[in-house]
Amino acid sequence: MPDRFEMTVPSDLANLARIAEFVTDAALRLGLTEQQAFEVQMATDEACANIVEHAYGLGVPGSIGVACEMEGDDLVVTIRDRGRPFNANQVPTPDVTGPLEDRRIGGLGLYFMRKLMDRVVFHHDAQGGNELRMYKRRSP
Amino acid sequence: MEVKARQLKRVDLVEVSGRIDSATAPQLEATLQAIMGQDRFRIVVDMQGVEYLSSAGLRVLVAALKQARRWNRGDIRLANVPPRIQGVLQLAGLDALFHSFDSAVDAVGSF
Repeated sequence: MPDRFEMTVPSDLANLARIAEFVTDAALRLGLTEQQAFEVQMATDEACANIVEHAYGLGVPGSIGVACEMEGDDLVVTIRDRGRPFNANQVPTPDVTGPLEDRRIGGLGLYFMRKLMDRVVFHHDAQGGNELRMYKRRSP
Repeated sequence: MEVKARQLKRVDLVEVSGRIDSATAPQLEATLQAIMGQDRFRIVVDMQGVEYLSSAGLRVLVAALKQARRWNRGDIRLANVPPRIQGVLQLAGLDALFHSFDSAVDAVGSF
Protein backbone atom coordinates (compact mmCIF):
# COMPACT_ATOMS: atom_id res chain seq x y z
CA MET A 1 0.00 0.00 0.00
CA PRO A 2 1.38 3.43 -0.86
CA ASP A 3 2.35 5.73 2.03
CA ARG A 4 1.43 8.88 0.21
CA PHE A 5 -1.57 9.65 -1.94
CA GLU A 6 -1.38 12.64 -4.24
CA MET A 7 -3.50 14.34 -6.82
CA THR A 8 -3.46 17.61 -8.72
CA VAL A 9 -6.57 19.13 -10.27
CA PRO A 10 -7.47 22.35 -12.01
CA SER A 11 -9.04 24.90 -9.71
CA ASP A 12 -12.73 24.46 -10.46
CA LEU A 13 -15.75 23.92 -8.22
CA ALA A 14 -16.68 20.99 -10.43
CA ASN A 15 -13.56 19.20 -9.18
CA LEU A 16 -14.57 19.34 -5.52
CA ALA A 17 -16.34 15.99 -5.80
CA ARG A 18 -13.23 14.35 -7.24
CA ILE A 19 -11.11 15.73 -4.43
CA ALA A 20 -13.64 14.51 -1.86
CA GLU A 21 -13.62 11.01 -3.28
CA PHE A 22 -9.84 10.96 -3.39
CA VAL A 23 -9.42 12.12 0.20
CA THR A 24 -12.11 9.78 1.57
CA ASP A 25 -10.48 6.84 -0.17
CA ALA A 26 -6.99 7.77 1.01
CA ALA A 27 -8.12 8.33 4.61
CA LEU A 28 -9.88 4.96 4.76
CA ARG A 29 -6.90 3.20 3.26
CA LEU A 30 -4.63 4.85 5.81
CA GLY A 31 -6.73 3.37 8.58
CA LEU A 32 -9.09 6.13 9.64
CA THR A 33 -12.68 5.30 10.56
CA GLU A 34 -15.53 6.19 8.22
CA GLN A 35 -16.55 9.08 10.44
CA GLN A 36 -12.99 10.40 10.54
CA ALA A 37 -12.67 10.05 6.77
CA PHE A 38 -15.92 12.01 6.38
CA GLU A 39 -14.55 14.78 8.60
CA VAL A 40 -11.24 14.91 6.75
CA GLN A 41 -13.09 15.02 3.44
CA MET A 42 -15.28 17.83 4.72
CA ALA A 43 -12.37 19.95 5.96
CA THR A 44 -10.61 19.40 2.65
CA ASP A 45 -13.71 20.33 0.69
CA GLU A 46 -14.11 23.57 2.61
CA ALA A 47 -10.43 24.41 2.12
CA CYS A 48 -10.51 23.69 -1.60
CA ALA A 49 -13.75 25.63 -2.14
CA ASN A 50 -12.01 28.60 -0.52
CA ILE A 51 -9.02 28.18 -2.84
CA VAL A 52 -11.22 28.09 -5.93
CA GLU A 53 -13.33 31.05 -4.83
CA HIS A 54 -10.80 33.25 -3.08
CA ALA A 55 -7.20 32.21 -3.69
CA TYR A 56 -7.64 32.02 -7.44
CA GLY A 57 -11.14 33.38 -7.97
CA LEU A 58 -13.94 31.76 -9.95
CA GLY A 59 -12.99 31.25 -13.57
CA VAL A 60 -9.31 31.94 -12.90
CA PRO A 61 -7.14 29.00 -13.98
CA GLY A 62 -4.75 27.44 -11.54
CA SER A 63 -4.05 24.12 -9.97
CA ILE A 64 -4.63 22.60 -6.58
CA GLY A 65 -2.43 19.85 -5.19
CA VAL A 66 -3.80 17.56 -2.49
CA ALA A 67 -1.68 14.98 -0.70
CA CYS A 68 -2.55 12.57 2.12
CA GLU A 69 -0.04 10.66 4.21
CA MET A 70 0.59 9.53 7.77
CA GLU A 71 2.99 11.28 10.10
CA GLY A 72 3.12 8.95 13.05
CA ASP A 73 -0.47 8.61 14.22
CA ASP A 74 -1.64 11.68 12.35
CA LEU A 75 -3.15 11.76 8.91
CA VAL A 76 -1.80 14.88 7.25
CA VAL A 77 -3.61 16.49 4.34
CA THR A 78 -1.41 18.98 2.49
CA ILE A 79 -3.12 21.31 0.05
CA ARG A 80 -1.11 23.56 -2.23
CA ASP A 81 -2.09 26.38 -4.52
CA ARG A 82 -0.49 29.39 -6.16
CA GLY A 83 -3.31 31.82 -5.61
CA ARG A 84 -3.54 34.91 -3.43
CA PRO A 85 -2.03 34.47 0.02
CA PHE A 86 -4.61 33.61 2.60
CA ASN A 87 -4.86 35.51 5.84
CA ALA A 88 -6.85 33.48 8.32
CA ASN A 89 -7.01 36.46 10.66
CA GLN A 90 -9.14 38.39 8.21
CA VAL A 91 -11.90 35.80 8.18
CA PRO A 92 -14.83 36.65 10.47
CA THR A 93 -15.82 34.15 13.12
CA PRO A 94 -19.25 32.80 12.36
CA ASP A 95 -22.06 33.05 14.84
CA VAL A 96 -23.13 29.53 15.77
CA THR A 97 -25.47 30.27 18.66
CA GLY A 98 -27.53 33.40 18.02
CA PRO A 99 -31.12 33.73 16.84
CA LEU A 100 -31.76 33.46 13.12
CA GLU A 101 -31.98 37.19 12.42
CA ASP A 102 -28.52 37.78 13.88
CA ARG A 103 -26.79 34.86 12.23
CA ARG A 104 -23.81 35.66 10.08
CA ILE A 105 -22.50 32.52 8.55
CA GLY A 106 -19.54 33.81 6.62
CA GLY A 107 -16.34 32.14 7.75
CA LEU A 108 -18.10 28.83 8.38
CA GLY A 109 -15.71 26.95 6.12
CA LEU A 110 -12.63 27.88 8.11
CA TYR A 111 -14.52 27.28 11.34
CA PHE A 112 -15.37 23.73 10.19
CA MET A 113 -11.77 23.05 9.21
CA ARG A 114 -10.57 24.00 12.67
CA LYS A 115 -13.30 22.04 14.44
CA LEU A 116 -13.01 18.89 12.36
CA MET A 117 -9.23 18.63 12.22
CA ASP A 118 -6.86 18.53 15.18
CA ARG A 119 -4.52 21.13 13.75
CA VAL A 120 -4.66 23.53 10.80
CA VAL A 121 -1.50 25.28 9.63
CA PHE A 122 -1.30 27.87 6.85
CA HIS A 123 1.97 28.71 5.21
CA HIS A 124 2.80 31.00 2.34
CA ASP A 125 6.00 31.83 0.61
CA ALA A 126 6.71 33.58 -2.65
CA GLN A 127 8.26 30.48 -4.20
CA GLY A 128 5.96 27.69 -3.10
CA GLY A 129 2.71 29.59 -2.92
CA ASN A 130 0.11 28.66 -0.34
CA GLU A 131 0.45 25.47 1.64
CA LEU A 132 -2.22 24.28 4.04
CA ARG A 133 -1.56 21.33 6.31
CA MET A 134 -4.35 19.75 8.28
CA TYR A 135 -3.79 17.01 10.85
CA LYS A 136 -6.19 14.35 12.09
CA ARG A 137 -5.19 11.82 14.70
CA ARG A 138 -6.09 8.29 13.76
CA SER A 139 -8.12 6.42 16.40
CA PRO A 140 -6.07 3.88 18.32
CA MET B 1 -26.73 16.34 -6.68
CA GLU B 2 -30.34 15.82 -7.67
CA VAL B 3 -33.20 18.08 -6.71
CA LYS B 4 -36.85 17.19 -7.27
CA ALA B 5 -39.58 19.64 -6.38
CA ARG B 6 -43.24 18.71 -6.00
CA GLN B 7 -45.99 21.17 -5.37
CA LEU B 8 -48.54 19.78 -2.93
CA LYS B 9 -51.72 21.57 -1.96
CA ARG B 10 -50.30 23.82 0.73
CA VAL B 11 -46.67 22.84 0.88
CA ASP B 12 -43.80 22.36 -1.56
CA LEU B 13 -41.73 19.24 -1.11
CA VAL B 14 -38.12 19.38 -2.27
CA GLU B 15 -36.22 16.09 -2.35
CA VAL B 16 -32.45 16.46 -2.44
CA SER B 17 -29.87 13.75 -2.86
CA GLY B 18 -26.14 13.52 -3.41
CA ARG B 19 -23.55 16.12 -2.51
CA ILE B 20 -24.51 19.67 -1.63
CA ASP B 21 -21.22 21.55 -2.02
CA SER B 22 -20.08 24.87 -3.51
CA ALA B 23 -20.60 23.52 -7.01
CA THR B 24 -24.12 22.21 -6.50
CA ALA B 25 -25.56 24.51 -3.81
CA PRO B 26 -26.61 27.11 -6.43
CA GLN B 27 -28.92 24.52 -7.93
CA LEU B 28 -30.67 24.00 -4.59
CA GLU B 29 -30.82 27.76 -4.16
CA ALA B 30 -32.42 28.19 -7.57
CA THR B 31 -35.06 25.59 -6.74
CA LEU B 32 -35.96 27.21 -3.43
CA GLN B 33 -36.01 30.69 -5.01
CA ALA B 34 -38.28 29.48 -7.80
CA ILE B 35 -40.79 28.21 -5.22
CA MET B 36 -40.68 31.36 -3.08
CA GLY B 37 -40.89 33.47 -6.22
CA GLN B 38 -44.39 32.06 -6.60
CA ASP B 39 -45.25 33.35 -3.14
CA ARG B 40 -45.12 29.87 -1.69
CA PHE B 41 -43.20 29.78 1.57
CA ARG B 42 -44.12 26.47 3.22
CA ILE B 43 -41.34 24.18 2.10
CA VAL B 44 -40.14 20.77 3.23
CA VAL B 45 -36.63 19.73 2.28
CA ASP B 46 -36.35 15.95 2.35
CA MET B 47 -32.67 15.17 2.89
CA GLN B 48 -32.82 11.40 2.90
CA GLY B 49 -30.37 10.96 0.04
CA VAL B 50 -27.96 13.72 1.03
CA GLU B 51 -24.41 12.38 1.32
CA TYR B 52 -22.68 15.62 2.12
CA LEU B 53 -23.62 19.17 3.09
CA SER B 54 -20.97 21.89 3.06
CA SER B 55 -21.00 25.42 4.43
CA ALA B 56 -22.17 26.56 0.98
CA GLY B 57 -25.24 24.37 1.33
CA LEU B 58 -25.83 25.67 4.83
CA ARG B 59 -25.68 29.26 3.58
CA VAL B 60 -28.36 28.48 1.01
CA LEU B 61 -30.59 26.84 3.62
CA VAL B 62 -30.19 29.63 6.16
CA ALA B 63 -30.83 32.38 3.59
CA ALA B 64 -33.95 30.54 2.43
CA LEU B 65 -35.04 30.01 6.04
CA LYS B 66 -34.82 33.73 6.77
CA GLN B 67 -36.78 34.52 3.66
CA ALA B 68 -39.49 31.93 4.29
CA ARG B 69 -39.99 32.96 7.93
CA ARG B 70 -40.27 36.67 7.18
CA TRP B 71 -43.57 38.07 8.42
CA ASN B 72 -44.46 34.60 9.63
CA ARG B 73 -45.51 33.65 6.15
CA GLY B 74 -43.87 30.23 6.13
CA ASP B 75 -40.92 28.02 7.04
CA ILE B 76 -38.35 25.62 5.66
CA ARG B 77 -38.62 22.31 7.50
CA LEU B 78 -36.29 19.37 7.17
CA ALA B 79 -37.16 15.69 6.87
CA ASN B 80 -35.14 12.47 7.01
CA VAL B 81 -31.88 14.16 7.90
CA PRO B 82 -29.15 11.49 7.86
CA PRO B 83 -27.12 11.26 11.11
CA ARG B 84 -23.93 12.51 9.47
CA ILE B 85 -25.72 15.53 8.05
CA GLN B 86 -27.35 16.16 11.41
CA GLY B 87 -23.79 16.28 12.73
CA VAL B 88 -22.93 19.00 10.22
CA LEU B 89 -25.97 21.04 11.28
CA GLN B 90 -24.97 20.64 14.90
CA LEU B 91 -21.41 21.72 14.21
CA ALA B 92 -22.75 24.93 12.70
CA GLY B 93 -25.19 25.43 15.57
CA LEU B 94 -28.04 25.25 13.08
CA ASP B 95 -29.79 22.15 14.38
CA ALA B 96 -31.69 24.24 16.91
CA LEU B 97 -32.91 26.68 14.25
CA PHE B 98 -34.53 24.21 11.89
CA HIS B 99 -37.64 22.16 12.60
CA SER B 100 -36.74 18.65 11.64
CA PHE B 101 -38.91 15.55 11.20
CA ASP B 102 -38.37 11.83 10.80
CA SER B 103 -40.49 11.65 7.68
CA ALA B 104 -41.62 13.87 4.84
CA VAL B 105 -45.22 13.06 5.73
CA ASP B 106 -44.75 14.37 9.26
CA ALA B 107 -42.94 17.45 8.00
CA VAL B 108 -45.65 18.28 5.48
CA GLY B 109 -48.35 17.59 8.06
CA SER B 110 -46.70 19.94 10.54
CA PHE B 111 -47.66 23.01 8.54
